[in-house]
Order: sequence, then C-alpha cells, then structure tokens
Amino acid sequence: MPTVSVKRDLLFHALGRTYSDEEFDELCFEFGLELDEITSEKDIISREQGDTKAEGASDVILYKIDVPANRYDLLCLEGLVRGLQVFKEKYVLSPRYRRVSPTSGEPQRLVITEETAAVRPHAVAAVLRNITFTQERYDSFIELQEKLHQNVCRKRTLVAIGTHDLDTISGPFTYTAKPPDDIRFTPLNQAQEYTATELMNLYKTDSHLRHYLHIIEDKPVYPVIYDSNGIVLSMPPIINGDHSKISLNTKNVFIECTATDLTKAKIVLDMMVTMFCEYCEEPFTKETLSGDFINRKVGISESTERIAQLLTKMCLRSEVMSDGEQIEVEIPPTRSDVIHACDIMEDAAMAYGFNNIIRTTPRTYTVANQLPLNKLTELLRQDLAAAGFTEALTFALCSQEDIADKLLKNISDTRACHIANPKTAEFQVARTTLLPGLLKTLAANRKMPLPLRLFEISDVVLKDETKDVGAKNNRRLCAVYYNKSPGFEVIHGLMDRVMQLLEVKPGRDEGYHIQAAQDSSFFPGRCAEIFAHGKSIGRLGVLHPDVISRFELTMPCSALDIDIEPFL
Amino acid sequence: MADAGLVETLLRCVEKADGGLDSQDVATSLGVDHQAIVGAVKSLQALGDVISAEQRSSKHWELTGEGCEIAEQGSHEARVFSSIPDEGMPQGQLMKLAFGKVGFSKAMSNKWIRLDKGHEGGPRVFRTVENIEDSVRDKLLVVQKGQSSQLEEKEKSELKKRKLLSEVTVKSYWITKGSLFSTTITKQETELTPEMIASGSWKEKKFKPYNFEAMGVAPDCGHLHPLMKVRTQFRQIFLEMGFTEMPTNNFIESSFWNFDSLFQPQQHPARDQHDTFFLSDPAQAHEFPLDYLERVRKVHSEGGFGSQGYKYDWKIEEAQKNILRTHTTAVSARMLYKLAQKEKFTPVKYFSIDRVFRNETLDATHLAEFHQIEGVVADYGLTLGDLMGILHQFFTKLGITKLRFKPAYNPYTEPSMEVFSYHEGLKKWVEVGNSGVFRPEMLLPMGLPEGVTVIAWGLSLERPTMIKYGINNIRELVGHKVNLQMVYDSPVCRLDA
Repeated sequence: MPTVSVKRDLLFHALGRTYSDEEFDELCFEFGLELDEITSEKDIISREQGDTKAEGASDVILYKIDVPANRYDLLCLEGLVRGLQVFKEKYVLSPRYRRVSPTSGEPQRLVITEETAAVRPHAVAAVLRNITFTQERYDSFIELQEKLHQNVCRKRTLVAIGTHDLDTISGPFTYTAKPPDDIRFTPLNQAQEYTATELMNLYKTDSHLRHYLHIIEDKPVYPVIYDSNGIVLSMPPIINGDHSKISLNTKNVFIECTATDLTKAKIVLDMMVTMFCEYCEEPFTKETLSGDFINRKVGISESTERIAQLLTKMCLRSEVMSDGEQIEVEIPPTRSDVIHACDIMEDAAMAYGFNNIIRTTPRTYTVANQLPLNKLTELLRQDLAAAGFTEALTFALCSQEDIADKLLKNISDTRACHIANPKTAEFQVARTTLLPGLLKTLAANRKMPLPLRLFEISDVVLKDETKDVGAKNNRRLCAVYYNKSPGFEVIHGLMDRVMQLLEVKPGRDEGYHIQAAQDSSFFPGRCAEIFAHGKSIGRLGVLHPDVISRFELTMPCSALDIDIEPFL
Repeated sequence: MADAGLVETLLRCVEKADGGLDSQDVATSLGVDHQAIVGAVKSLQALGDVISAEQRSSKHWELTGEGCEIAEQGSHEARVFSSIPDEGMPQGQLMKLAFGKVGFSKAMSNKWIRLDKGHEGGPRVFRTVENIEDSVRDKLLVVQKGQSSQLEEKEKSELKKRKLLSEVTVKSYWITKGSLFSTTITKQETELTPEMIASGSWKEKKFKPYNFEAMGVAPDCGHLHPLMKVRTQFRQIFLEMGFTEMPTNNFIESSFWNFDSLFQPQQHPARDQHDTFFLSDPAQAHEFPLDYLERVRKVHSEGGFGSQGYKYDWKIEEAQKNILRTHTTAVSARMLYKLAQKEKFTPVKYFSIDRVFRNETLDATHLAEFHQIEGVVADYGLTLGDLMGILHQFFTKLGITKLRFKPAYNPYTEPSMEVFSYHEGLKKWVEVGNSGVFRPEMLLPMGLPEGVTVIAWGLSLERPTMIKYGINNIRELVGHKVNLQMVYDSPVCRLDA
C-alpha cells in the first residue's frame, strides 16, 4: 500500500477547515484511507539518523496516509484534497477535464520511430500550459512523479515519466532508439557530456539510479527523445537531459511517458496532467447502469436520484436518465480503477457508508462436510496426545541440507520441489519428510526434562508428474522419542497404537507387520519397514548416530514416519 | 520420626511443667543435644495439636576460647604481675612469655608495674603495688556462671572488644500442651491401604494430614499445539455455520490458479520475486482447462463480461509458472471453477484453514509461511449486507461483537472491506480480517451464472492465537524454535470466553 506524506496545515488549508487528529482519522477510514502516522521531518530524521542530525530540520506536522494500491489519483496532495472534498460534498460536482489548443493553434507532436520496438515501444505525451509553481506545488509535482514510478510504473519498468521546460526546447519531438555509443548528451545535474555507455557506468554507483539500469542495460539500442534541434530531452527510463530541466519558474511543462505497457502509460500521463491542470486531451468515458443494480448488490433500497447523488459524491458525476431507472455515470480520466459496473457499485456503497448498510443473514442452506483427510488428522492428533506425545508444528520449507545431508540421503533421491528465489537457505526446498522439523524442535528444547516425545501430522510435498503442477502434498504422521536409551519399543508401541486406532490388526496380509529394512538415516539393523494391507506405508527405527549429531542432539532417538493417506 | 523414647520423655516434661517450658532448658535438664529436642518437637507437631510449640530466639553471652583460658588462669595482665618476682625481671624475658606482650601493656596502663629503662643489664620490669584485683577474670567468671545480666552493657562490650566474650543467638521452642495433649502417642498412617480396607482397621487408625498447599504431580501426558487447538476451534465454528471444508492439500500452485484466475494482472506487485516463492523444479504447470484459460486471457487483455479488462498482453508463460501458493484463495478459485462445471448451480459455503507462503522480510510477527483462514459463500443475489451479516455471525462466535468496515483495495474483490474490531484491552480499533465480493471478471469466465454472487473473507490463524495466548514473538509459537514448556502449559481454547 503506497504511503503519501502531506503537510497537515497545507492539507487543512486546501480542505477549507481544520480537523482534530481523531476527526481526520475517522474521515480517512470512511473514505478507505488510513492515517498511518503523524510526524514531522525532524522526527523522521531524528529517528533514522539521531537527534543531532535532526537539529534545524523542519518540525511542520506531516500526515502519512496509506492509499489503496489502485487509487493512483490519491497519490498527491492535490488528488487527496479533491477526493476528500467531493466526498464531503464540498464541491457540488467533481471537476471536469477538457483539452485546449495552444494559442498558436498547432498542438505539439511526438513522433515514434520503429527502432523503439526493440526496447520500449510506447510513448505518450502532453503539455501543461501557463502553470504557476510554488515551492509546495513543485515538491508535490516531483513527489507524485516518484510515487507513480514506484507504484503503477513498477519501478519504471512499465512506464517512465520525463518532465521538461517546454520553453527551452522546440517540437516536433522524436522518440527513437540508438546504439548506446551514438547517444551523447549532458544529463540532469551534470556539467559535461557523456555517451550512453559512459552514463551507464557513471550511474552504477548511484544509490538511486542504479536500480533502473537493468531495464535497458543489455539491449542493443537505448531509447532516446530528441527535439527538432537534436537536443536530448531524455534517455528513458534512466535520466533526463540537463538542458530541458524544469524549475520553479517553468511556465509550460512538456510531459512524456515511455512504456512497455501502453494502457499504463496513458493512466500515468492522465494522472500527471489531471492532478496539475484544468486541461486534458482524454475524453470522458461513460457508463450506464441501473439504480436497481446498485441496490441489489449492496443490499440497500435507495431511489435512483439518491444513488446518482451518492456517485457524484465520489467524483463520478452521475445523472438519472429519462426513463428514471438508468443512471449515466461519467468516469473521469483520474479514475482508471473503474473498469466494470461493480467498481461503480463499490463507490456507491462507500458513499452510502459501509457501516450504515444493514447487516443481513443470507438464506443459503447448506450441509457442512469435513474433508475426510482433515477429519482423520484431527481424530489421530487427539489420540496421539493421549498416548503421551506432544504436538509440534514445524515449517513446510527448509534447507536442502535438512532433508538430505543431515539425514544421510542424496538430494536427488528425495523427490523434493526446489524454490527458485529463496532469500535464505531456510527456504530452499519444500520438506519431503517431517523428521528434520521434529529433530530441530528437539534440539531447540534440549533443556527440557527427558524423555521428549513429539509428533506432527502434516503435509510434505513430493514431485508427481501425474498432477497438473507436477507436485502433490502427502499427509504424514511422524513421531520421535528422545531419551538416554533409544526406546525402540516405545516408538514401536506407538505404531501399534496408531494401527489399533486405524482398526488394522497385526498380521501379514490384511493386517500390518514390520520387517527389517535398510535406510541410511537409521542405525544399521535398527530400522524396519511398516506394511499395512500389503503396502509399504513408512518406517520406524533408531536414528543413525551421525543423523543425531548433525541435528545437534546428544541422546539416542527413535522415530516413526508413516503415510496416513492409505487409511482414508 | 525422632527417637520415640525422647518424644515420650519430652511429653512427660511438658505434662509436669505449668504454663510451658523452653526447649533449651529441656535439653540442659535432660543432658541431650538441643537438636534432638527440636526433632522431637517437629514430629509431635506433625501429629496434630498434641503440643503447641512457638519458636522464639534469645540472645546470651558466651566466653570465647581466650575468655575461657582467662577465666581459668587469670587475665594476661594478672599473669604478668604474678610472674614478676620482687627483684624484677628483664623486659626481654617477660616479652617471651605467651601472655607477655598484651599483659605488659595492660599491666602498665593499670599502673601495676613499672619499667626501668636505665637499669644496668637492659630494661627491667618491677612491681609497683603489693596486690591486684583481677577484675577481668572476675567478670568472665560471672558470665560463665550464666549471670551476665549482673554486668553492665559497657563492661560486656569492652570484653567483646577484647574478643573474650561473644553474643550468641539461640533458637528454641516454647512448648505448651495442645488441645489433643496426651503422654502416649499413636503412630499416624500416611495412606489408606488395601489391607486397611479389607480388615476395616482404617476405622481405628489416625491419618497424617495432607499438605494442601503443595502442588500435585503433573500428569504424564502429551499435549496439543496451541495453534492447532485454535485451528480446531475455527474449524468447529465453520462447521457449526454449515461450511464445507475445501481440499487445500496442495502447497504448490500454478500462477494461473493463484493469480490469473482471480483477475490479478500479470504485472501486479504480488507476483514479484520479492513477494512470492517461485519454483525451479517443477518450474511449470502443464495442464489447464483450455477453454477457461482462453476466457481468462481474454478478460485480462481485452475485457468482456461487462469489463474493459486491463488491456495488456497476457502471456501463458506467466500463468504456467509454479509457485508456493500465496493464499488459499487459489483453492477457492479451483472449487468455484469446479462448481461452475456442474450441470445445475447449487449454492455452496466453503471454508479452509491451511498454510500459505510469502517471500517476505521476516520479523517478530511475520514468517515466510502462515495459516490462512478463509470462508466463501456462493449463491444467487447475495449482497454486501449479507457479507457483513455473515462476518458479524462469524466474529460473534469468536467473542468479537463490535465490528466496523473500511473500504479497501484488492484486485479480485469489489467491493473490498477490511474488518476492524474494537479491542477492549488496547482501547482501539484493530484490523482482524479482509473481505469482499469476488469480481465478475473472476466468476463469469469460470462459467458461473450471471446472477450468482460470491462473497469471501480471510484472516490469519497466527494473529488471533498470539493474542489469545499472549505470545509476542511468532517464532515461539510456530516452527522448531517453539518453547515446549509453553505448549505443555497452554490452556484449552475457548475463543468466545
């Protein structure tokens, strides 16, 4: 969820009144925002860098407000104020946007050449005319650009925004792509010219820009925008030229958005333009829906007129049509999140107030069923605890070492599913057995009085070609007994008890029996395979001393590991 | 049990004494060690109110080793005086005596003797008086007789300073008759035995009283894990409300079911390497219902079903990527798709409680895996009011009655609501879950009838458990670092209590 930081007093000034922190928090809640933190620049610096650094920093109160991830229109002070004011019915109507032509008559043009297809194929542009920046507005303008870059632009991969002082350049503009050594210009805030190749090296160490280099780094050609005199405006998505940079005195702003996703590029350009001016070239889209649709979905019964009013309150200017049933809703370009009638329905519900809707009970009649596997698990857990074993709850993810080396097994024999992007070794694979988790639980509780008796009934994950995703879960029952003597008879007794609970009698064919088996995790001659109804269901035995020491344990330990799915 | 003979002797002493007696005095008069009397007192106390014994402590003065020597042989100064003959004694010779040094200076300050430094043949000591009175010895003899009270405090502290006297604290019992006093004692039984029951002898026996202050012996039993106890309760609540359990035993899921089928666009941040665990083996899912897949592609890239769609180039390669599921809603999607394939739609209520995985930064309240609780209802004509009504019923069963809802954003529900409850302890509203109405772009491509609405909500299992059991660090609850003592000690789980 993006967080927008705004100066409180500036916000209240724009809203036309002041609020107590509680009142403002309440207003945010109703509108779907969250007042996350009340702070100041001084507070932030002192928290992050210590009191001494904070000396002299501004102590103007800042509100940090959490904005829903799809509401790009609320990412700056201007948008927030507009949204809240209309919500509080301060504005009679939400603003309308329209495009105007420059006094000269000729609109600016951005020509896109074919070469860009190889690297960043889309670009859109617009001009803000006769704008007056103040320091606050300028800061807000830059911050909105940054917020958009981080959110909808997906860290500039989808869209990159460039803003330029139009009076320092002349159209028509050309968006093209060239080999890096053929691009040469003075980048923003630098004193000399560099080739694109040199720039990429220069920015390798730049704490901010280095995160964007990978987007074009290995491409044969880099995107670049020129004006009619060959001046470089920008090399998206990395850096603008220094020549056309905007300042507080800039009157006319040229905004270009280059993109790999055209829809997102349009959204971003609309945001930039509508937040900062009255002009926009995007026409309104209109949706028609019935008041009845909203009443039915929300569970209210309001008149069509009232619903139109509710929508208007949410910046969706709405009118009841001549039939008295249908409502025509104008969707301004700021509301790119509205793509279906249900999005309009949500705004109506918000304007009505979620907490004013009467809570009803649906008459849906259904009979409950437990999943048989979970039902069996629940029943067995109770009885294993009654048998003196304590339940552990261990992670489904672990290291390769846990399921292979430490158990004296080969990872290639495990049928393990491997994770591609683990941040640490703890998340390399999905577990193929519950045993490592239980042994680690023992190790973390060595100070507890002996014997320790633990069990877990949970899922392991195994590769399985017959499944659509190539893997399946398997419900296992695993138990360990840890004491000064191995206690094979204890774990064997537990196995007998489990079979008794599952109504399987001792016996060779239809019953269960165990027979000596080889398993590298167990002490030679102390491991048996368990068969039930003629099928192998697991093993039990005394663990190999090397397994015990690899899990940082010191006492003998016996273990039981069986598949419970055959008993469904 | 102390020596039975001594116990009876003690009882007879108590019988004779009017108004009680002191255990020290008994020890002295019987000529036995005081500890033996204390033992007898203790065993009598265990028999009930035979005697009453009140502990007291008294102080008295005792001679030190040096004090005893002086009481016997006289003070050092007196011995110096008496060892000097009329013709005097060379100082060097005097100093060689064991008591010489101390005795000389004391005798000098008492002016009993004098030193002639100029005497020929070296300094020589002479008596100056005929007789002396050895008051130090006299005082010590008084103390030795047990009459220290005759001495003044100043005198006693003077002798203490000279390490001749020491003050000793003596603990003793003041013993009086109890309400059940008798000079004969019967042995008390500790426990009822089968023999006593058979013979009826228990009727005549006296039984040793139990100490009800002590703790009992902990039963030798196993314990269920607290998080699983809470899971059982949540399952119970869903079953009481008529919800059927979904098969969530598939941790590995394709991006298609986890994201695409939920109308979550392919560039969505949740699909990032930073948030989701992708698999390298098996890296891809290879089986999809193809006509449904095509409808999903279309609604994302071109729109349809009343939607403009996201208008981007939807790629099957993205959908094929295997991941560890990030939510159990992936299973809900599979179940709803399955429901839509039935000939006739029947309303359903589903639930699940199972593990989900996030490739997130870990801290005291976040792990890479946690349990998600999810409820889903599908029927014709469900409203937002119905969703809030069900949530109200669900949370009431958890003991939470004060709820309010905040508008929120979620790519696959519209409207989306965060559920807040008023926490009486924290005196503020805290988020307890998420909820919403599934988008038509998710439901209609599955083939569900147009009028069917699906409402759903979810919450984590760990959070209410941590609140319930007062656990601050999630690692103490989930995973191998669990504190087993906490598991042993955890109470039953009654969520509404």
